[in-house]
This record gives sequence, C-alpha cells and structure tokens, in this order.
Amino acid sequence: MRYSLLKILAEGLKGNTGWTPVWRNPEPREAYDVVIVGAGGHGLATAYYLAKEFGITNVAVLEKGWLGSGNIGRNTTIIRSNYLLPGNEPFYEFSMKLWEGLEQDFNYNAMVSQRGIINLYHNDGQQAAYLRRANAMRMAGADAVMLSQDEVRRLCPFLDFDNARFPIKGGLMQPRGGTVRHDAVAWGYARGADERGVDIIQNCEVTGFQIEDGVCRGVETSRGKISAKKVAVCVAGSSSRVMSLAGMRLPIESHVLQAFVSEGLKPTIPGVVTFGAGHFYVSQSDKGGLVFGGDLDGYNSYAQRGGLPVVEDVCEGGMAVMPMIGRARLLRGWGGIMDMSMDGSPFIDRTSIDGLYFNGGWCYGGFKATPASGFTYAHLIARDEPHPVAAAYRLDRFQRGAMIDEKGMGAQPNLH
Amino acid sequence: MSTQDNRLSGGLIDRERPLRFRFNGEELQGFQGDTVASALVANGVKLVGRSFKYHRPRGILTAGSEEPNALLTIGEGAYAEPNTRATVAELYDGLSAKSQNHRGPLGFDVMAVNDFLSPFLSAGFYYKTFMWPRAFWEKLYEPIIRKSAGLGALSGEPDPSSYDKGFLHCDLLVIGAGPAGLAAARSAARAGAKVILADEDFRFGGRLNAETYEIDGRPGAVWAEDTAKALAEMENVRLMPRTTVYGAYDHGVYGALERTGDHLPDTDGKPRQVLWRIYTKRALLCAGATERPIAFGDNDRPGVMLASAVRSYANRFAATPGKRIAVFTNNDDGWRTASDLAARGVEVAAVIDPRDGSPRAEIPGASVFMGDAVAGTKGRKAIREITLASGRSLAVDCLAVSGGWNPNLQLTCHQRGKPAWNAEIAAFVPADPLPVGMSVAGAARGALSLQAALTEGQAKAEAALSDLGFKVSGEPVPASSDESFAVTPLWHVKESKRRAWVDLQNDVTVKDVKLAHQEGFLSVEHLKRYTTLGMATDQGKTANVLGLAIMAEQRGISIPEAGTTIFRPPYTPVPIGALAGRARGKDFRPYRLTPSHDWAEEQGAVFVEAGAWMRAQYFPREGETHWRQSVDREVSTTRNSVGVCDVTTLGKVDIQGRDAAEFLNRVYINGFAKLAVGKTRYGMMLREDGIAMDDGTTARLGETHYVMTTTTANAGPVFRHLEFCRQCLWPDLDVHLISTTDGWAQFAVAGPNARKLLQKVVDAEFDISNEGFPFMACGEITVCGGTPARLFRISFSGELAYEIAVPARYGDALIRVLMQAGEEFGVTPYGTEALGVMRIEKGHAAGAELCGTTTAQDLGMGRMVSKKKDCIGNTLSERPELNREDGLRLVGFRPVDKSHALKAGWHFVSKGSPTDMAHDEGWMTSVAFSPSLGHSIGLGFIKSGDTRMGEIVRAVSPATDSDIEVEIVPSHFVDPEGERLRG
Repeated sequence: MRYSLLKILAEGLKGNTGWTPVWRNPEPREAYDVVIVGAGGHGLATAYYLAKEFGITNVAVLEKGWLGSGNIGRNTTIIRSNYLLPGNEPFYEFSMKLWEGLEQDFNYNAMVSQRGIINLYHNDGQQAAYLRRANAMRMAGADAVMLSQDEVRRLCPFLDFDNARFPIKGGLMQPRGGTVRHDAVAWGYARGADERGVDIIQNCEVTGFQIEDGVCRGVETSRGKISAKKVAVCVAGSSSRVMSLAGMRLPIESHVLQAFVSEGLKPTIPGVVTFGAGHFYVSQSDKGGLVFGGDLDGYNSYAQRGGLPVVEDVCEGGMAVMPMIGRARLLRGWGGIMDMSMDGSPFIDRTSIDGLYFNGGWCYGGFKATPASGFTYAHLIARDEPHPVAAAYRLDRFQRGAMIDEKGMGAQPNLH
Repeated sequence: MSTQDNRLSGGLIDRERPLRFRFNGEELQGFQGDTVASALVANGVKLVGRSFKYHRPRGILTAGSEEPNALLTIGEGAYAEPNTRATVAELYDGLSAKSQNHRGPLGFDVMAVNDFLSPFLSAGFYYKTFMWPRAFWEKLYEPIIRKSAGLGALSGEPDPSSYDKGFLHCDLLVIGAGPAGLAAARSAARAGAKVILADEDFRFGGRLNAETYEIDGRPGAVWAEDTAKALAEMENVRLMPRTTVYGAYDHGVYGALERTGDHLPDTDGKPRQVLWRIYTKRALLCAGATERPIAFGDNDRPGVMLASAVRSYANRFAATPGKRIAVFTNNDDGWRTASDLAARGVEVAAVIDPRDGSPRAEIPGASVFMGDAVAGTKGRKAIREITLASGRSLAVDCLAVSGGWNPNLQLTCHQRGKPAWNAEIAAFVPADPLPVGMSVAGAARGALSLQAALTEGQAKAEAALSDLGFKVSGEPVPASSDESFAVTPLWHVKESKRRAWVDLQNDVTVKDVKLAHQEGFLSVEHLKRYTTLGMATDQGKTANVLGLAIMAEQRGISIPEAGTTIFRPPYTPVPIGALAGRARGKDFRPYRLTPSHDWAEEQGAVFVEAGAWMRAQYFPREGETHWRQSVDREVSTTRNSVGVCDVTTLGKVDIQGRDAAEFLNRVYINGFAKLAVGKTRYGMMLREDGIAMDDGTTARLGETHYVMTTTTANAGPVFRHLEFCRQCLWPDLDVHLISTTDGWAQFAVAGPNARKLLQKVVDAEFDISNEGFPFMACGEITVCGGTPARLFRISFSGELAYEIAVPARYGDALIRVLMQAGEEFGVTPYGTEALGVMRIEKGHAAGAELCGTTTAQDLGMGRMVSKKKDCIGNTLSERPELNREDGLRLVGFRPVDKSHALKAGWHFVSKGSPTDMAHDEGWMTSVAFSPSLGHSIGLGFIKSGDTRMGEIVRAVSPATDSDIEVEIVPSHFVDPEGERLRG
C-alpha cells in the first residue's frame, strides 16, 4: 500500500477501514539465504537494503521481543555527521545523505527534521578542537559552521550567557543535523522490508548458533532451528551475550545510558544543543517534549534502568546552560544498554566463523548511523567485502593499532 | 467576584480563611484547604482546558495526581509553571491560573477546527503524508505541526525559584498516608523503628478524607488526623506531607520530591521544592488505587468526572461538580457516589449499572438502570444530557463514572518488574519480583476494602520490622466497617455511536486503538508508540489499562496475554530545577582558587576557567587596551628579566616507599631507577594502550621520597591511574601515594634574573648558585627566615627558571614577597596566556598535543622509550599502525607571509593537492604570537613531519574560509640549544 495525502483523504471519508497491516507476522520457515538477528533499527535497515539494493529477499529478521524494541525505541533521536576522524566521518556523512532521502525512499514519514545541531564551546582549547572538527567535516563533504558567541545568542537567546560557571564562547553548528521520529524509522524499514518479502519474526529469541567445522549454518531459536547461508548479528546492547553463544568475546562492554523527556511544551528550543562543560544535550520533539540526556551511568550493566545520580547530573547540566527549563518537568526517563567499544567506534565485519557476520559496538551513537549501518552491512553480507565508507570498522583494529578514538579516551569504554 | 454556587456544607476546608484567586483573569474565591480544582468546582467552572490534538473542550476528570485534563499554567512571568495539575495545586491567596493550548479565548478556540478534521487525523496519520515535495517538511509542514505542539509554554526566563536537595535514612519508608500507610506507620513507630511517612497530598488520610467511612467509631478523616498527630509527636517518625516518592532505585534508594513552598504565595527566600534521596532498609508501598473511566461516546465532555473524584469534591472539599448528577458504574464502589451525594442533598438523577441484578443501594429520587450503559453525551462546553444504550436520554450537568480501580503499583515496576492480572478486581496487581526491600499493602496491592487496608498495612509493617530485628507489639488493628467490592469489567460501551476517548489528554480514541490493531501494531509497546496512548503528562494513569483491554478484545486474547508497557520513574513529573538543586549558574560546579588568587585580583588580573580552577589569564597594566599587549609584555619581561607565575594547579603526587623508584620506572617510559637524590627528571607516561597519557617532572627529595608533577588537566586521572597500578597491578610494591596538589602553593620564577630574585628570598644557608643548584636540581629549603619550602630548577618557559613551593597557607605571603623582591628587576607576574606562548616558543607539548590519540613517537619522544625495561603501555605502543613510516610528527609551523596569524584547528594539505579528506595530512594544535620572533608560530602534527623541515605546505580552514602557506620548522622556536635554562 502506498501512503499519500490522497490516500489519507480517501480513507478518512470511508471511515479508515481500508488500512492494512504494515507488516505480516509470518511463521519462521526452515531455511533462508540470510538470517538477521535483531529487529532493531540496524537489523531492519539491513534487511531493507539487502532486499532493495542487493536483491536478496529470502531473508528473515529474528527478534526476541517486538520489532523496534532495542535502542531504536529508546534514544534521543539525534542525527548528525559531525565526526572528526577519517574512519568515521565519511560513514556518518553517508548516513546523513541516506537520511535526507529516506522518507521518499521507503514511503514513510519518519519526520527527518534538519533543524541543526549546535555544540557549544567554553574555552580556547575547545574552540580549537571544534575548528579542527569543522574543517575535517568540510573536507569530507559535510556542512559545518563555526558560530561566534553573538551568533549563538541569536539562535538560542535562552542560554545562560551572563551568569555561567563556564561561559559560552561560541559553537560548532551542523545545519543539516537534527532529529528523526525514532520509532517511525523502525516501522518504515520494517514495512519496506516486509513488502519486499523479508520475514520479520517477532517473539523469536536466538538461543544458539549452528556452527560446523568453523562454518555457521544457521541458528537455534525459541521457535526452532532455522538454517541460513549467512547469519548476521545486529543486536547492539546484547552483542556480547549473543556472540558468546558463538563462542566469541568482543572488545565491547555493556553500559547503561539514560535519556529523558519532559512534559509537552510550546516550542522554544530550535534544534539540538549540546553543552560543552557538562554532560547535557537537548532537543524538542514535534510533540513539544524536551528530549535530553547526558553521561553514561558508568558501570557495566544489562539492566535497562539507571540510577538517580546521573539523572541529577544531567539536570544540573541542563540548568547550568539553560536555566529557563527549571519549571519544565521531567516526565519519563529510560535506560538503554550501550554496546560500548574500546575506542568508541563500531564494528561492521565478518567474524572468524565463516558465514557469521557482526555489526555492533555503536556505543551511544547508533541511531544516527542506522541507514548507513544497514546499507553497508547489507553490502558486506551480499558481497563479502566491506563498503568503502565502513572499511575501518574491523574487529582486528586493536591488534593492528588502528583505533578510531574520537574522544581520545583510550580503552576505557565508560569514558567514550 | 462570582459566588461559590456549588459549595456545600461541611468538608475539610477552613471557611474562616477565604482566598482570592484568578482563573483566566476572572477573580474567584475559595478557601484554605481547597485545591485549584476544588475551588473551580465550587465556583461552577466546568471548562478548564483544551485537549492536545483536537482541541476539544475539557473539564476536571479527577481529584488527584492522575489528572489528564485540568492542566493549567500557574503563576505569572518567570514564575509561570506550565502543565500544573489543578487537582493537586493547593490554593493560596493571590494565585493566578490560566488555561492552556487554545488560540483565542478558552471558550472559542480556533484550533478546534481540528476536531472536524478528525477523520483525516487518525492515529499515525502523519507517518503517511507530508513527504512531498521533500523540502516542504522543514519549510512548511513541520513548522505548522510544531506550532501546535505542547500544552503549556515556558516563560523563557531563568527559573527564579531556588531548590534544595538532601539525604534521608530510615528503617521503614511508608509511601502513602491513607488507611494502610497510617496503620503501617503507627505500628512501626510504636515498635521504635525510624519511620518516614510520605504522601503527595497536603493532608494525610488518602481516601479517608474523601469518604464517609468510620474507623474505631470515628469518622475516617478524624481518625487519620488523630493518627497523624500522634505520629508527629514521636521522635523516630518523620512526616512528609506534600512529598511524592516518585522513583524506586537500586539498593533501596527512593527519590522523593517535597513541595515545600508551592502552596505559599511567597517562599520568603526558602527553597520552593526539596529533592530527597531516601535510603531505606525497607519500604512499604501504600499508594492506594486510581479509579479508571469507561469509554463511551463523547465521554470527554466537561462534567464527565470519575465517581471517586465527585465524592472527593463533595465530601472533602464541600463542592459539588453538578446540581443534577448521574452515576455510571460497573462496580459497587461507584454506588457510594450516588448515596454520598444524596446524603449531602445533591440531586442524583440516575444510577446506570451495566450489571444485571437488583440495585446495590437505595438512592432517594434517583432512577436506576441496571443492565444499561451510557452510550453518549451532549453539550458543547459542558455536559447537558446523556444517552443510554437503551435509547433513553437524561438531562444532567455532571456524570460520575467508575470503571473499577487500578492499584497504584508503578513503583513496584521501576526495576522492570511486571505486574500480574487479578481477575477478581479486573486489574493489574504487583507481582514478584518486587524491588529488594519493598512490600505492598492495601489498595496498592489490590485489597480494595478499608478493613483490608488497615489490616494489611499493619501486618506488612510488622513483617518488615521483624525482618530487621525489631520487636513488634502485635496490637489490635483499628476496626472499620468492611466494604465489599465487586466489579464486572466494562471497558467500552459498544453501543456508542460517536468517538469514545481512551487517553483524554493525547486524544486517543477507541477508534485509534482499533486502527492500530488493523494496521498490525499489536504489541502494547507498538500500540503506545503508534497512538501515543499513555504518553501524556499523566503517563496513562487513567488510560493505559483501558487501551490495553480494548486491544486485547480486538486481538481475541486475554488482558494479561496482551501484557503491559513498562513503568518508569518518575511516578509523577518532577521539575528539572528540583533535580538540579543548587547546581546552577555560578554554582554549577565549585571553583578552585589558587593561593595567589586574592593577590592577583588586587592586581586587576583577568581570570579564566581552567578545568575546575580559576587561573589568572593575564595581568593588564594601565594603558594596555588589548590582551595581546599585556601578554607580549609579560613574555618579553620574563625573557629579558624575570616573571612569576602561579603553577599550583599542576598536579602533585607525593610518592614514598622502598619501591618508589621501581614504581616510577614502571609508570614512566623513561628510566627513573638511577635518578639521584636532589635531582629532577622529565618523564612521560603512556596509557595501557600505548598512547601518550601525560607528562611532567618527578623530583627525588630523598632515598624513598619523590614528588611527581602532572599537567593541570590530568591531575585527577593520573592520580587515579597511579592508584590503580599500585593497588591492582602491583600490590607487592612498597609504595604510597598522596595527592598534594592543594597542599603546596607553587610558583614558577623564570628569566635571566630569576636566581638573583630568589637569592633575596631563599635563606642564606642554601646555595642556589648555578654550581650549587644546577639545572634539574631539587631540594628542601627554607625561605624568609625559616619557612619550609621546596625548590626545583625546572623550566617550562625555556628560561633560567625555578619552581618554588611552600605549604599552601603561605602562598599568598610568598607571592607578595617574590614580587617585592623582584621590584628592582622589574618583575612581572604572568598568566596562562604568557605561559602558553612561552611553551609554544619552546615546542613543549601540552593538552592540545597530549590529546589522547598521539604516541610518544608522534610527539617526537620516541627515543625516550627505554628499551631496557618494561613500562605501562610499552607493549601496545609497538603495534604496527602506531609505528607507520608516514605517521604524524609534532613539528613547528610558521607562516610564509609573516603577517598572517595562524589558528589552531587548521588542517595541512600539500601544495597542489585538493582540500579533501583523502589529502588531509594533519592539523595545527597550538598557536601563539611570538613576541620574541615578532610573528605568529604554531605547533602541529603532520605526516612524516620530522623529515619535511623547510617544506612549504598549505594550512587550510574551509570552515572559516582560509588557506595560507606555512613552512614546516623545528618546534623549538626560541633558544633551540637550551643554553638559557642552564645559565
């Protein structure tokens, strides 16, 4: 079914009785060409691009819970390609370009909204680091603008310029950055993949891998064995647990990251704003909620919940940079599990087991990467060679010393 | 001023204390003890707001924190607080409230046109359109959508109120002071336990205040008041009214918000709210239950109210929501509304009960319709008439609805517990595993009678206390008339012809739930996300179970099979200001001030935030109008005579022990085993992954005593790293560490006259001549006639220089002495800017170069890595990609055209290459104007830099539109041979 304004008008007039399910709920078949483990954003995008760009449609996406229940369903919806390093920036810029054409591509309005992202800086050192980044972005074909203090003030008059512990000196802005309605991304990809014949199988937990002579030939699931020529794992916060079923240890730690939303408010915050002297970033959704977050809780956990100290820390950062939000109320907070890698950058790679592929280590930056991750993972699965923009995301990079460490924090995942 | 036409007699309000308030500009009156909602009810106000999507007229639905409709902006100007629930906002004199989310007056909202377009605005319609043409989303569609986003508005002004935070500890936290909570607290208090009793209401008693029950022969409200009074007199009890326990966190920690000032016209400088973290041994949830509505046609009209709320307004607040009221209930409890109203002389038009059988009570004057249901309502801005499924119509001005009760079990699920379905009360009840240390009593557990609440409250408290080792008395439970509760679930009246609302605030109707089902959004999470059911400010307290039940009905499965969404903190929304507390503005983080701060302030220094510190940036003198003039002068004076700089902020670690030398040998890349007593050495340390971590000097003051310095930024991280090494890696070494950063005031004294200056300060018995105290010497000395001090002959500026340290309390005195002693040499104090200029002139690496991705080799210190010993990071630094031939090297840069000013953050590209990522060769890390050379200089990393001396490359900055030629030069711009510092 093709969605359009006309369709809405026609359906509205006949009582909205003609809408059909956006995806099927098929029973798993015995065998597929490709089995994707995890129907989160990246898994669904991978299935979509496998079908659409690489013509592989005999695909199943297996999901333990409901589709879109991973971090695609719990994030702060920000998209940006304001990365520094050559291993990252072309990938994220590729992702941004896919975002820009996504809705027309999959005929679903995911509300890609490029209202801009501003990273505030508070001292000369940060300014230099942001200028270096802005130039790296421009040299990779992305957009980047250095804002003076006055320019920041014009865009965000509500920031604390006069009474701040760490005065705002200016900002790095990426005008094409913004936000996307996160659930709609999962639904749009699911619908597009389903339409092309991909089986999305919910409530189907992978409990093991069928590995014979170093070759992966399928998976065991809560709904029986499923054979596959290729198995592609894409389970973000559950990466280390799922890959341990294949006997693999990953350079990944699992951490909790909380995010928050306020009650609905009339729009006041134009785009995304990040505080440079504390852990706080915020945007305002199309429903009016302030969507904000901050630092990791800092300890290893698989529990999808966080502690009170980080809630307070995030709100302190918020009040420090924009004291007008004091009377806005925090409505809901949630915790997601981040697959924090040792250098803060992801993996899209084959594994030492033939036929088993791995995509993970997205830390807390997975949402914006969704289209490119899906596209390049599909490329790797279909062609058995990495897509050029994702070529640096190899599992062996620590052994070679080719880390992609944007923050320079080293192998301390809780600091990335 | 309008009169309180709907005020009844009695109630728990203080008629001696009338209060004036304004609603949308109209002046009204209420009494002490009213909420804004009850005062509006008393004044006959029905229309109080507009719904989110369709802008439907809305009235008050509830009398508690679950309110979805009556959200007002309370207060004026910067004090305006949007989305405040009128049902819990206490009335105070002079309060000003405004309705929200309407364009034009509340009674005539032009946005109500959305309601007529509703066939086209069904759940998720926006996912299916607004996609063409592409550019129109940001330019046209989204701005229109955003305009209608949100309910209330922030003032845009900084929040003028103050907030505070605190910690509390207790044996037993009782959450909710209704009958169960009071019985529990009473029993626990008598056993001698440390008890906290918290309730979100300003009056203890919970439903007892709203009902006509009796306990121990007294009216329930009186029993509650007496019990609270008795508790207040006990030292081991802390009563916390106006306190919402909003979150259950790990390890028995609860978050609570106490509204200390929201009920006062003026908080008189005291905090408006206090955020408490309550550390409990045990917690007992006695949060009661919330009544739920039934979905039927046009069930959102002002005047449609929960039956329990009607009782609250009539019994507690002595205000009737209508003059002719009908009751629609599927359970026995709803009948109490009819009998209570009749007893108070309010006309009850009818009781409609979908269950068969005989009427559950005798209601004077009321028609009773058993086996019937309300299927529709009429009236634009307030209900006028109801239509029954049987076709009858009745004129009413209020409809009280009860669909049964949902236990308030949210806190039991904050650690991802899942509730269980109890068919008897047709509701979810708490289920194991509960958060550790928590138990539940009364209605919150699904025990929906008063006697059960009292009995359970006491029993659960006693069980928790026995568990903690308290002796419990086992005294008799207060006696009440036991009320039966019987319900036959009814979620949706199928005979309804018009839209029936499920989530009132977000405008989710039964049709939307059905559409979600039709489109395959079957999981409750999909239902919630697709329709926005339960995502409004009330978090679906009245809507969720209803929506879930309708979805289960559609799918032909049971409600427990359909499952529930996850409850997350907070229980009710918490202001961001309260969560931040005092950490805002200048108090966001503490300042650390250097020992010479006061003195520097006297000199008119300009300060800069350096991490947690405030440091003097430069010291302007009269006539200097630009910071560069001051900095240039400070550099020149230092290079030509002498300058003094406060370097206290550098990290200092006191290292002692028999194995201290071995320890240093293992953390630094270069050797420290043979450092002689009385000598200082520069050292660099790596992270475990082989990347440069920090650099500094370490001085050997004695056989087993060293003092390490670190960079300012890394003082904390390095100390942490050293402690990790000591405690976890090498517990066998005899070495002890203390951070003494704050313990010593340290000043750099630099310049050709540094020694002469110091000789005036250092006591005569210490020889600090070049021979007696050569470059890199260190020692413990005295100054100013016996004050203990340490002296290090080290130089960051490249000049003949010393760093002199005295215990921090003498720092202020020492800077004054140094400056006085230096007067004859024209001494200058210098700040962080001049410090930076001089270190760049000398090519020393600092934060911008030690950026966490560079190796010792990149920094030009590859040869320092000792091959004779192992050290942290040594092995991993040998990985091939870190040792590429074309790796980055730190070198100097100068502009080919000397008039150009360099900027840190520029990238390097070879001449003739395109400005793109493939041809990016490095970046400029630090720049300065060198007064010594008279032009701009820079440090930076460039591929194979050490082999490219003299090459001209381009320094490009596409983000700031610049592109100039620079020459690669050695990084030592001044005195490359280092003659001065040895002089």
